Amino acid sequence: MTPHRTRNILICSGKGGVGKTTLTANLGIALARQGVRTAVLDADFGLRNLDLLLGLENRIVFTAQEVLAGSCRLEQALVKHKQEPNLALLPAGNPRMLEWLKPEDMQAIVGMLAPSFDVVLIDCPAGIEDGFKNAVSAAQEAIVITTPEVSAVRDADRVIGLLNIHGIKPIQLVLNRVRPKMMANQEMLSVNDVTDILALPLLGLVVEDEQVIVSTNRGEPLTLSGSGSPAAQAYTNVARRLQGEDVPLPDPAKMGRGLRAKLRRLIKTKIFRQQ
Amino acid sequence: MTLRDTIYRLLGLQPASATTARERLQLVLAHDRSDLNPELLEQMRREILEVVSRYVEIDLDEVDVSLETEDRVTALVANLPIRRAKAVAQPGVKATISLGVKGAGLAAGNAPSSPEPELASSAEATSDGATAAEAEQPAAQAIQPEPAAETASLEGSESLS
Repeated sequence: MTPHRTRNILICSGKGGVGKTTLTANLGIALARQGVRTAVLDADFGLRNLDLLLGLENRIVFTAQEVLAGSCRLEQALVKHKQEPNLALLPAGNPRMLEWLKPEDMQAIVGMLAPSFDVVLIDCPAGIEDGFKNAVSAAQEAIVITTPEVSAVRDADRVIGLLNIHGIKPIQLVLNRVRPKMMANQEMLSVNDVTDILALPLLGLVVEDEQVIVSTNRGEPLTLSGSGSPAAQAYTNVARRLQGEDVPLPDPAKMGRGLRAKLRRLIKTKIFRQQ
Repeated sequence: MTLRDTIYRLLGLQPASATTARERLQLVLAHDRSDLNPELLEQMRREILEVVSRYVEIDLDEVDVSLETEDRVTALVANLPIRRAKAVAQPGVKATISLGVKGAGLAAGNAPSSPEPELASSAEATSDGATAAEAEQPAAQAIQPEPAAETASLEGSESLS
């Protein structure tokens, strides 16, 4: 048997609001459903949200802060997901932690998680300052998430440069909020434009999907229910590809044109206006 | 996409916004990737100007030092229009001076057909000659000095040296 080796994967974007935390939550659930023991680590100490997207905000007792201070054991701080026991969240501590948190602290936390988990997903804060540097120091590989917008792609490019400096490998790309129609009209950067500019292999393609907002409202990641929504499928496929499975990437030109997609739209058509 | 956009696109009046986005990104990434922060770029600009102005008088208002990118290659492009030549003490510089007045522009990336190719103080890695067109404008203004001006500047330079 090969010795157990935990994969510490940083999820980062540079720009805020492109879907880092949503990806972390959905990927975490999807991996757990596939039998991978997964820990999600909220490294965004300033503006933590991972607990909220996972619906675990009311179950937090201790955080990474107490673990580092030695005032509680790691197991006490970890919040296990009820429906997916393979998934555990290590919540971010108080924002004041940012004043003293060092890369060594992040490495210590990840080191503590290693014996009990196969994959640790590190939800990186936006920006490229200390929070990013702390988070990146604990990772060996990274997923960069971006949207087909100039600002997001530019920030992703900066982050990729920094990841290269830190020797992070492999670095893979998830393209989020793809609008196939706009791409077809050439009113949005194409998938090839983005992959050519950033020169990264594509790990996933997520179409713009209203269900993402609905799921965050409820604190139930889309991958949890196994729903057939386009984004849920995309996140599940990201998890499968991450484990080395060969899942073909969808062609945005053909998205939403199939019979199944048409039926799904028909089923969801509102007959009565609510209220 | 509005109807107006569609019509403009069909008439070829307006490129698709994705094309514009790609081009703008490539330009801005050239700066980002070169990892030259604005202060460093400014310092480099000052030093280049300092060296060049030892030999010629540069039109400081028209100076343009910038980074451009194509095919993932970043180039430093300097366009330094020359007002007039300065004489320098060293021998053998006279040839450079007269050339400078004739060329009237230190345009990086001059097309190979340029009459004074040796003038091109090109810091470019690519030879696409893209900046040749940009260089024309200031060059045309600076080309005015007639032979008389050249001698005048040379005389002046003697007193300088």
